[in-house]
Amino acid sequence: MPARAARPLLIAAGIMIALALPFLVSDYRTFQLTQVILYAIALCGLNLLMGFNGQVSLGHGAFYALGAYTAAILIDSFGFSPYLTVPVAGIVTFVAGYLFGIPALRLHGLYLALATLALALALPQLLRFDAFEPWTGGVQGIFIDKPDVPFGLPLTPDQWLYVYCLAIASVMFWLAANLVKGRIGRALIAIRDNPIASDAMGIDTARYKSLTFGISALYTGIAGALSAVVVNFVAPDSFDLFLSITLLVGVVVGGLASISGAIYGGAFIVYLPNIAEKISDAAPWAIYGLFLIALMFVMPDGVAGLLKRLTRRLRGPAPTPGRPLTALDILKTSPADRGD
Amino acid sequence: MDLFIQQILAGLAVGGIYASLALALVMIYQATEHVNFAQGEMAMFSTYIAWSLIQAGFPYWAAFFATLLISFIAGVVIERVIVRPIQGSILSVVVVFIGLLVILHSLAGWIYTYTQKSFPSPMPDMAVMGVNLQELAAIGVTLVVLFLIFAFFRWTPLGLAMRAAAQNPESAVLVGIHVGWMLALGWGLAAAVGAVAGMMVAPKLTLDPSMMGSVLIYAFAGALLGGISSPGGAVIGGFAVGILENLIGTYVPVVGNELKLTVALILIIGVLIVKPSGMFGQTVTVRV
Repeated sequence: MPARAARPLLIAAGIMIALALPFLVSDYRTFQLTQVILYAIALCGLNLLMGFNGQVSLGHGAFYALGAYTAAILIDSFGFSPYLTVPVAGIVTFVAGYLFGIPALRLHGLYLALATLALALALPQLLRFDAFEPWTGGVQGIFIDKPDVPFGLPLTPDQWLYVYCLAIASVMFWLAANLVKGRIGRALIAIRDNPIASDAMGIDTARYKSLTFGISALYTGIAGALSAVVVNFVAPDSFDLFLSITLLVGVVVGGLASISGAIYGGAFIVYLPNIAEKISDAAPWAIYGLFLIALMFVMPDGVAGLLKRLTRRLRGPAPTPGRPLTALDILKTSPADRGD
Repeated sequence: MDLFIQQILAGLAVGGIYASLALALVMIYQATEHVNFAQGEMAMFSTYIAWSLIQAGFPYWAAFFATLLISFIAGVVIERVIVRPIQGSILSVVVVFIGLLVILHSLAGWIYTYTQKSFPSPMPDMAVMGVNLQELAAIGVTLVVLFLIFAFFRWTPLGLAMRAAAQNPESAVLVGIHVGWMLALGWGLAAAVGAVAGMMVAPKLTLDPSMMGSVLIYAFAGALLGGISSPGGAVIGGFAVGILENLIGTYVPVVGNELKLTVALILIIGVLIVKPSGMFGQTVTVRV
């Protein structure tokens, strides 16, 4: 079957399996799966920025925290419904990301990494800051009630939250996939690959770069807002520098510039620490680090990159160089394959 | 005024440590364009090795030089075994460095526990005319190390070969320089310089596996502030960050100890936005 026709079927099958999962496992496992979905949304946003647009961020934990606190404060201080917090958190983090993206235009590579690192370090300290304590709850953070299952659905709260997050994630992944396939996506990739040439071709580099920062922050912020509701709790300590580094690692392990890579990255973030702890109680992070290095040895372009190479191999060799390519050959392969 | 001078000196002492680590970062960056995020944890582990040697009864300076040698060899081995074989984007190298960082951190915690240990200084903890001798020793040792590194790169054939390998690997190969080994030597030297930074900062911060976390961030900021393409700039940047940090912590009352890292970083980023390649860095021009 040609790859293009198989793809929607694969995605439909994936969503069916994802929908069935919470009814087959315990509530705790369902909670973990919800975490995977949330990290996947955040990684999808970070991948738009790093993988497709080539801007490094060591500080996306800050946007995750911003989204989570926006949701928590709206629920706790202003009595918002948990479902209404998601769009508000999205708008807040989009604006924050966009505004941060403007000065960041002056900075490239490592310098941008330092600026975003500062963001990741600064935000938890601001959240702890005494003057904001009436809203943020200071070091203690904020507790939120778990929302009830609506419409009398026969689900446990964990299962309901899983389905809710899965629905939002599906929409956001669909939007991201369309975004990178279209005109804007081509502009982002062009800016990543050759900023000067894309400038010369009339792409408004500055606008697209700050816009990408905003969109990327929006994804991560929505994931954060959902996590506040799912975990029922926010505190400054949950959003330290380690979260930002974890997100960066997740993007690279899942696969840079790959939409589906975010899902593998999310699973990696949630499950690898557990696996490492099972292998060695005494030094779990040493095992984690070994896994990380081994993964980069085996698949330097991430899980998504490995899968792409495997499917290409299964599909058989490319047309032999002896025979000139025909129009049919070009039609048969997907654009992604022709690209590299 | 006394307070001001004291703070400047304290800033120089800690700035010297940032400067050493910043120099270690720049040495690796210049050769390979990688920023070694594990540099701080490597220094921390070296300091634990020195601690073990001192506990085993070695005199301070014997332990000091033995640690430098061990760190040098470990640096070379890490480059040859872990860093060299990685193929892929610069981000996968970053992930390998993060892996190395958590491994060293976790191993140190496992072997030596997470409780804080006191680490000796070559000088007694006393003040002469308001100047702390330990801080003076830290400044002195740092300056000696920086001078030795400068002299090595400036006046020895091996140093020249290493600079050639970093600046223009293709031409360096053509004149018979073994570029691969030069990179490994660079890693070894950086590890040794980092070890000095660790042993100098340990008496002040007390030794524990998280000791180098914020030191690495300050060193990174210092290296970028001075310009990551300039070793001299990185050293000056490191000292500048140390002084800035101390003065902000002392004279801006709202900031205090909690927020000083944040404020220092924001100031540095402000400078970088005005001057994006650092104070002494070369602006990279790209041929189109």
